[in-house]
Amino acid sequence: MPQQEILAQLAQIVNEIAGVPVADITPEKTFLDDLDVDSLSMVEIATAAEDKWGIRIPDDDLKELKTVGDAVNYIEKAGVAA
Amino acid sequence: MRTPQTVAHSRIAAIGEHRPAATLSNDELAARGVDTNDEWIRTRTGIQRRHVAGPDETVVSMGIEAAAKALANAGLGGHDIDLVVLATCTIARPIPGGSARIATGIGAAGVGAFDVNAACGGFCYALSVASDAIRVGNAQRAVVVGSEKLTDFLDWPDRGTSILFGDGAAAVVVERADEPGIGPVAWGSDGDQYDSVWIPEDDWAIRMDGPAVFRWATTQLAPVARRACELAGVELSDLAAFVPHQANVRIIDGLVRGLKLPDTVAVARDIATTGNTSSASVPLALASLINAGSVSSGDLALLLAFGAGLTYAGQVVRVP
Repeated sequence: MPQQEILAQLAQIVNEIAGVPVADITPEKTFLDDLDVDSLSMVEIATAAEDKWGIRIPDDDLKELKTVGDAVNYIEKAGVAA
Repeated sequence: MRTPQTVAHSRIAAIGEHRPAATLSNDELAARGVDTNDEWIRTRTGIQRRHVAGPDETVVSMGIEAAAKALANAGLGGHDIDLVVLATCTIARPIPGGSARIATGIGAAGVGAFDVNAACGGFCYALSVASDAIRVGNAQRAVVVGSEKLTDFLDWPDRGTSILFGDGAAAVVVERADEPGIGPVAWGSDGDQYDSVWIPEDDWAIRMDGPAVFRWATTQLAPVARRACELAGVELSDLAAFVPHQANVRIIDGLVRGLKLPDTVAVARDIATTGNTSSASVPLALASLINAGSVSSGDLALLLAFGAGLTYAGQVVRVP
């Protein structure tokens, strides 16, 4: 799946869970400071992403996903590996 | 040799609660040096304030208060009780447990008494064990208490835990019944995650990996709730109330979503004014639903307790 497509679908998930406007969800933004997405919402986003793409995002990996771009790259790699 | 005569059913006859008089608001918490504020706590936990035990209040004294109220609400006295089970994980010292002193304190001196430590899962474990003791004839009528003084184990600057917990106690009277009043328990544990909520060996305060616990609770516990209903032969739509452990309103909301719980089911959200009171939280939350008139006597309620261990247990009960 192209990165642009992953970003669009991830943005939809983030919007639904954390109420962040889709237009604000761009690769360079940090979840915590820029988008005000807290750690529990990150877990909800991770589990939604796991269901959507059939991947696994362990807690230790999740803590390293600081920016939207980090998450897109992670999902892309996890998807390729799967 | 012979064994006691069994009876088919047990029920909760009455409930009693003890909430310490002193409360601590989110702003007051921040004033204690915690790097947080009311808005931060509310949006992350749903908690507005919590009760805090005074210096003279203990797990035992609060348990006696709650148990005495449950007995009074049942129209019974201590002499009517022959078993006391205390669920707690915050008694000041491991020996002795608190149950025998609670028994003495409610006028039931000399009866069978023991403590259960399944942390926040404790009340549903204790209720199940007491119910079974009555059904097999080892006891006629029991008091099951959940009592916690969590604030003794809070490191106030640690906002990952200190904002969450409160103190309190609640108790139920369990007795024989002609109709099913306490359903079979669905219980289990996950020892691999022992350190996601714990007091580390070189520490004195409760520490928690919030995201790990949140993920576990919101992804693994809905099937436990469904299993408790299946064991009782009850559909989710038959329930009048869902009373999950009051750990975080976002866990409660996640469970409600995960279960696709019908709108007709009242959901306990006692956490807003009580915080997380560990093994006292399920009975306190049930009491608050009864006090609010959200459920009536005889209604079906699904109890679901879970916490450190990790442990979990749930059962369907009829509201006293």
